Amino acid sequence: MSMHTASMHPAAVEALAERAMPVIAPAAPHILIEGVDKRFVVPGGEIVALKDIDLTINRGEFVCLLGPSGCGKSTLLNAIAGFSAPTQGTIAVEKRKVTAPGPDRGMVFQEYALFPWMSVAANIAFGLEIKGMKRAEIDARVAELLAMLKLTEFRDRFPKDLSGGMRQRVAIARVLALDSPVMLMDEPFGALDALTRRSLQDELIRIWAATGKTIVFVTHSIEESIYLADRIVVLTYRPGTIKQDIRVELPRPRDSASAAFNELKRELGALVTAEQHRFEAVEVKGLTTD
Amino acid sequence: MHTSRLKSAAEGLAVPVAAIVLWQLACSLGLVNPMVLPSPAAVAVRWWAYLAPIEPFDPAAGSYLAWLFSGEMIQDSIGSLTRVALGFFVGAGLALPLGLFMGSSDTIYRHINPLMQVLRPIPPIAYIPLSILWFGLGNAPAVFLIAIGAFFPVLMNTIAGVRHVDGIYIRAARSLGASRLTIFRRVILPAATPYILSGARIGIGTAFIVVIVAEMIAVNNGLGFRILEAREYFWSDKIIAGMLTIGILGLGIDMAVSRLNSHLLRWHRGLES
Ligand SMILES: Nc1ncnc2c1ncn2[C@@H]1O[C@H](COP(=O)(O)OP(=O)(O)OP(=O)(O)O)[C@@H](O)[C@H]1O
Ligand SMILES: [Mg+2]
Repeated sequence: MSMHTASMHPAAVEALAERAMPVIAPAAPHILIEGVDKRFVVPGGEIVALKDIDLTINRGEFVCLLGPSGCGKSTLLNAIAGFSAPTQGTIAVEKRKVTAPGPDRGMVFQEYALFPWMSVAANIAFGLEIKGMKRAEIDARVAELLAMLKLTEFRDRFPKDLSGGMRQRVAIARVLALDSPVMLMDEPFGALDALTRRSLQDELIRIWAATGKTIVFVTHSIEESIYLADRIVVLTYRPGTIKQDIRVELPRPRDSASAAFNELKRELGALVTAEQHRFEAVEVKGLTTD
Repeated sequence: MHTSRLKSAAEGLAVPVAAIVLWQLACSLGLVNPMVLPSPAAVAVRWWAYLAPIEPFDPAAGSYLAWLFSGEMIQDSIGSLTRVALGFFVGAGLALPLGLFMGSSDTIYRHINPLMQVLRPIPPIAYIPLSILWFGLGNAPAVFLIAIGAFFPVLMNTIAGVRHVDGIYIRAARSLGASRLTIFRRVILPAATPYILSGARIGIGTAFIVVIVAEMIAVNNGLGFRILEAREYFWSDKIIAGMLTIGILGLGIDMAVSRLNSHLLRWHRGLES
């Protein structure tokens, strides 16, 4: 893994600088996960979805959770979001224990979860209205986000009249509207075609670099995780534990055809193959390497 | 496009036209007693007479519009529709909040549902004796019966609508910071509208059935009253003319409600036709 600081975006440079001088500017932990277990009671037993998860995510970091289907990626993300509490252990965001979902942790769902009865603009405005922002301010903010995500001409459409890629952009805009410091994303681009996916990945990187948000991004695509992340956390399958925590220090924008990219892809591929095999022994769904 | 529409119109008309021709033939050839089955021509004449104003136009008596609407059929239709509207708003107006409560609270549901399940299978018609005992004759028992007819479809669908709201919308709203009240008002309620509106459509249909029956027993105008009155005079042509009017009005109401629903649910994926 080579480093080309010259072409890196500011947030990454800053993060690197922090890492280089730990005594002067220690990286600030943003999300602190300590000793988390999650067990589901199912007919005829128990599923240990997560076991002994310890993870510290720093402010401004882009972390990918990678692993085969069913290894507990969504479970971990939902626990950070506050939708379901861990069976054991604690999760703290901004030093406060997570007990419920909240607008400080924006969630982008795999199924988009747009409100189908609201127009694109109304979906984006929803969180701002709840916050009690003034109408004029809301309109300005919505217009800004529509422009940012190239949605302006679709502002009055209902979600059913949008393509998958546009829906996902609306979902991202809806979360960005609140300007939450943390963005949780559960396989947001999983259902998209390769081209749309790549352009949304680039948009996300651009937004992340501009806003300095902490992003936790779930994926089962090795390629996607290398393209996006500062750090890839590989999970094992049943029980879900952290198998490896890898820093990606490739320069951005990343070139998926470069030798370094593909070397990392091979490394990661070997890492997850074992989990993939354990997973295949139990289930049928696959881990993509596209 | 144009020719195919013409074609489908022709296909739709073929059977009714053939039936009317056969019916007319049977009557013209004297195969049936006109007292039992009047000819389509006689029904048409009677229908027109029923529709048209009774008195000739007299500027001194009122406006031209009022005169135009003074025919018996129009007055009957207005009477029946007013009762349907009143009964529906009473019935649905009670069913909607109750359904929302029952759908969103398991405790309320467990307490009230058994009673509803016992009352629901009782046809509104079976309430006739009680309604007369309680309200006497006139509009009150009619509205009461119609309200019962509209109540249950709206209640059942509202409960189902609230209970079937996809959890993902509620999770999305919570993570955007919405309070329980906001989630109810801005997520659960709109998400349940497809169910609620289809319940309302069924409720209006039931109300329209019940109004005809109610008018036969409790009041002395309206379409239901009119066809029963016609039977006493052995005016079979007027009976059929009245039934025809009921059919046209029923179709009109259902089409209007369906159009309104499609408009309100224009965001919805599977629009009902
Ligand atoms: N509510 C639940 N009840 C019972 N078991 C559950 C529940 N949610 C998740 N599980 C189980 O926990 C394990 C982890 O599930 P999770 O959804 O987190 O996997 P995932 O890594 O997100 O998979 P995918 O890539 O398919 O989304 C799975 O084996 C799943 O069957
Ligand atoms: Mg998942």
